[in-house]
Amino acid sequence: MLTDNNKIFHRKKILTIFLVCAGILVLLFGRLVYLCVWEAEHYSRMATELHERERSIKAARGRILDCNGKVLADNKTVCTVSVIHNQLEDPEEVIRVLCEELDLSEEYVRKRVEKYSSMERIRSNVEKAVGDRIREYDLAGVKVDEDYKRFYPYGDLASKVLGFTGGDNQGIIGLEVIYEDYLQGKEGKILTVTDAKGLEVEAAGERRLEPESGHDLYISMDMNIQSYATQLARQAMATKEADSVSILVMNPQNGEIYAMVNVPEFDLNNPYELPEGTPETVSAEEKQNLLNGMWRNGCINDTYEPGSTFKIITAAAGLEEGVITTQSSFSCPGFIIVDDRKIRCHKIAGHGSQDFTHCMMNSCNPALISVGLRLGLDKYYAYFEQFGLKERTGIDLPGEAGTIMHKKENMGNVELATVSFGQSFQITPIQLITTASSIVNGGNRITPHFGVKTVDAGGNVLETFEYPVRAGIVSEETSATMREILEMVVSEGSGKNGGIAGFRIGGKTATSQTLPRGSGRYISSFIGFAPADDPQVIALAIINNPQGVYYGGQVAAPVVRQLFENILPYLGIMGYNQ
Amino acid sequence: MATHRTSKRKRKEQSEYFFDYSLLFIVLFLLGFGLVMIYSASSYEAFQEFKDAAYYLKKQLVAIVIGLVMMILVANIPYHFWERFYLLGYIVSMALVPLVLTPLGVESHGARRWIKIPVIGLNLQPAEVAKLGMILFLAVMVCKMGKGVRTMRGFIFMVLLPLPVVLEVYLITKNLSSAIIILGISVLMVFVASPDYKKFVIMGLGGVAAVALLVFVIVSSGGEGGFRSERIVAWLDPESQAQGKGFQTLQALYAIGSGGIFGKGLGKSMQKLSFLPEAQNDMIFSIICEELGLFGAVAIILMFIMLLWRMMVIANNATDLFGAMLVVGVMGHIAIQAILNIAVVTNTIPNTGISLPFISYGGSSVMFLLIEIGFVLSVAKRIQLKEL
Repeated sequence: MLTDNNKIFHRKKILTIFLVCAGILVLLFGRLVYLCVWEAEHYSRMATELHERERSIKAARGRILDCNGKVLADNKTVCTVSVIHNQLEDPEEVIRVLCEELDLSEEYVRKRVEKYSSMERIRSNVEKAVGDRIREYDLAGVKVDEDYKRFYPYGDLASKVLGFTGGDNQGIIGLEVIYEDYLQGKEGKILTVTDAKGLEVEAAGERRLEPESGHDLYISMDMNIQSYATQLARQAMATKEADSVSILVMNPQNGEIYAMVNVPEFDLNNPYELPEGTPETVSAEEKQNLLNGMWRNGCINDTYEPGSTFKIITAAAGLEEGVITTQSSFSCPGFIIVDDRKIRCHKIAGHGSQDFTHCMMNSCNPALISVGLRLGLDKYYAYFEQFGLKERTGIDLPGEAGTIMHKKENMGNVELATVSFGQSFQITPIQLITTASSIVNGGNRITPHFGVKTVDAGGNVLETFEYPVRAGIVSEETSATMREILEMVVSEGSGKNGGIAGFRIGGKTATSQTLPRGSGRYISSFIGFAPADDPQVIALAIINNPQGVYYGGQVAAPVVRQLFENILPYLGIMGYNQ
Repeated sequence: MATHRTSKRKRKEQSEYFFDYSLLFIVLFLLGFGLVMIYSASSYEAFQEFKDAAYYLKKQLVAIVIGLVMMILVANIPYHFWERFYLLGYIVSMALVPLVLTPLGVESHGARRWIKIPVIGLNLQPAEVAKLGMILFLAVMVCKMGKGVRTMRGFIFMVLLPLPVVLEVYLITKNLSSAIIILGISVLMVFVASPDYKKFVIMGLGGVAAVALLVFVIVSSGGEGGFRSERIVAWLDPESQAQGKGFQTLQALYAIGSGGIFGKGLGKSMQKLSFLPEAQNDMIFSIICEELGLFGAVAIILMFIMLLWRMMVIANNATDLFGAMLVVGVMGHIAIQAILNIAVVTNTIPNTGISLPFISYGGSSVMFLLIEIGFVLSVAKRIQLKEL
């Protein structure tokens, strides 16, 4: 029996234990309150992340449309087939069906089906019909998700301009790269609640974060002009057995490009397919080089010696500086001696005595060399820079090549003389047409471009692009004089084949020998614009290595003429008589 | 005269048949609640593994039924009957623990802590036997020592008595938590037996200082000290060890945090879907929090406080010191386990495997707990109503 004395101290001790224990339990309750109230958000968010498995939903990429709203780059629905290892019930059946439907080797499918991962992609970009068929088998553990693949309705039209996209719908070349941020859109997600082993919890269902489609891009290209120009380029390439033909068509007033053709083009829907006739036994590295060559956009990625078309620039500089007028008289004995060098004219007998307009009409080398020498190195180089020839044009396509020009300190009179008629340096075709546009449009250095505006899925314009214009690179007067001279070149001079009865067309031909000299390889080109008194369209045709007759006036000028015959009425540019 | 005699007999009858229904009700409530939660926490995994959602529920139900029968049996045997077995209990405890190393031992979850009883086929955790044996042994020893416990020698003797069993449990079964519980029960019993406070306050402060020093050393050494020290690092920052030692703790915290104030509703736990290891066992409290929220947790904590209060009342009114000490031992056992379990689940202390009394899944644990409740009820029965 407890004695009373004992009882008292035992009771006190037992009470102490109880109070301490109860006190600790109350403190633990406080800790719980902290966890359940203050930390609840933090831990529930982390728990939700843990419980949900995500699958991405591709966003529809924005389309690319031409100036008339024709769709040049579209999307088509394709499927991605994946396998969730933990939900497989009959792996053998799954392997069999997937091999058969997706046309894959058993080894390949088996490896992926048997791999222990939360979700394994078997094949993407599967045709929708195939995806639907697989879905109908209703195989446990097989997921068919729809997404989008780029589709180019016109196949190889403007292939090097539009560019194509890769497996994740990202732009690889061309406009697809430059406007990636607008076109791409935002991926959505399907969040599925799963247990720790990755099995779906049926009752919990799925949560979808809808993808946001990319924005449509409107470009200045006109599908009709582009396809007609392509047709002409193909024709020229075939008849002249040329290596390649480029045609550029632009609005010289604002720099909007209507067409940019580089034949041979390639099929945008099969961009990795090498052209026919390529040996099949190329190494991976060689193949990549061949592909890069095939995807090259000659108008902006490659430079060439412009030849006589560059006389436009020399003439404009001379007129602007006042060292010559249209009446200035030049005498051509068939050559000119610069320092110790004798530089020949293309007409060996010489053009004799002529005024400057006729020098341009005859494309006389000694006369233009004289203009260059009269300007002198400092002035000439200053104009070269003022016209923007040393900078890139800023066109909205990737990989624009820079100008390859002598350093000023390395230039003597001989170099100045050769530059004056378009040799010994290299520029891109887009640079030439941009500079020529700027000279004939009243002296505004424009930025050539395709991008016009972006539009959201609802048709609302989100952004209208603006491009820099630098005014006053030549005076309006010089510009008007140049227009007159160049109209004379076409109406009565070397560019006759570029003329169309009833239309006022200005232009300049060029025939340049490629390096090394004497190889017999030429580049024929013609730059033409209309109407000559108020240019609304300018075109440049470049034929690379034509066989037989190679003079620009005979090879390239007719191409531009044929083009203008069709597109001038189409663009609403009327001749004298209408 | 006659009426007087009758009323006297009535009073005697009443006093003989005192039965603590409140205590019994609380225990039954906890058991029932535990069964519901075990089913909720384990059904998903049980179905995955055994194709029987009620697999764990059934096993626990069998253990509870056996436990309840034993409880009633023990409650109806005067507790002085057990006094004579005190040495035997100690020896059996000492003898059973090493058995886990023999072929009878059963390994589970990477630890060898169970032995299989050959005929019945039930797994028994010797540590549970040791807890019960220690309560009985120390209760008897306190009575035998009498006032001797008040001397320094007596005190040291009492403290040293449980150490062999504690060390055995810790060293042989590598079960730190059971060792701590046995030691804790012993300290509490000695504390009640001795009128002194000073020694215990010093012991307590010394213990706290030692633990603090240990944690400090481990943290400053960067947790390179193996199994236990990794747990300390994981305790201080479970998110840094999310895939290692902090995993279970972090999963428990996810459960508690995502339950919030009102919980997700019974059966709606996500963490039980194999995310939280031992969801029906040591970590069941976090599933309670996830499904029933703060209010479910409060209910459980309140029930434990009431249980301790009932046992305090019984201990304080026990007819003799032996009965009081028995109840104190049981009370200490339940209190320490409940506190440590909730502390582990809420990451208040480093993770160590301790089950929540009456609620966690575990057959031998619940059976021995019910036997202990049987002792308490037996002590309560001896209390004469007039003394209350």
